[in-house]
Amino acid sequence: MEKKKLKNVFINGAISSEFIGESIAKHQTKTSIGAHNIFLGQVRADEIEGKTVSAIDYTAYEEMANLKFHEIREATFEKYDLTCMHIYHSLGTVNIGEICLFVFVSSPHRKVVFEALEYVVEAIKAEVPVFGKEIFEDQTHQWKQNT
Amino acid sequence: MELTIKYFGMLTEATEIDKESFTTEACSVSQLLKKLQSTYPKLQNVDFKVAVDQQLVTLDYIISNEAEVALLPPFAGG
Repeated sequence: MEKKKLKNVFINGAISSEFIGESIAKHQTKTSIGAHNIFLGQVRADEIEGKTVSAIDYTAYEEMANLKFHEIREATFEKYDLTCMHIYHSLGTVNIGEICLFVFVSSPHRKVVFEALEYVVEAIKAEVPVFGKEIFEDQTHQWKQNT
Repeated sequence: MELTIKYFGMLTEATEIDKESFTTEACSVSQLLKKLQSTYPKLQNVDFKVAVDQQLVTLDYIISNEAEVALLPPFAGG
């Protein structure tokens, strides 16, 4: 069986609202869709021991991450009746208030998109080798860890 | 055998490199880790998982020649 070419999920820097808006607009031609659901991960200005996070610098084991994103996509399509699904994740520096993860699922009906979106986001958090260095305002850093 | 070892995230602060070629006789993941931890003592104090050729493996996994071994600290995607 021919191996399907893996999509590249990664985008350099923050994911812009224009990009997200255009992604929504592209679905106007897919008229079997009746419901979209979107998750946007935003970088939070956490305060840790008196210091405030100003940005996260993302790195990844890209080959394995794209493989994992692919496996998550396949498992999600298997489990839920979706028309389409898109995942984008940032690499490099994303400032607080900016978007670092964009997950977009679409289906003929609403119920499935609520469940599917949560499933995809939780799987990404648990299974994909992406690493985040939280940069504080004083330029010191610590490594983020998903809980 | 020849392996490629990759380090990510906070582990690169323990090793001060992100990639290296490593020559060793046939071994399991735990045997390889012992060697790496003696080269980079700071790796003893950090939490990580191991992937061989992009798949997570357990400590008893036997590594084959020319494999790519990646040491992965806790994930932080999203």
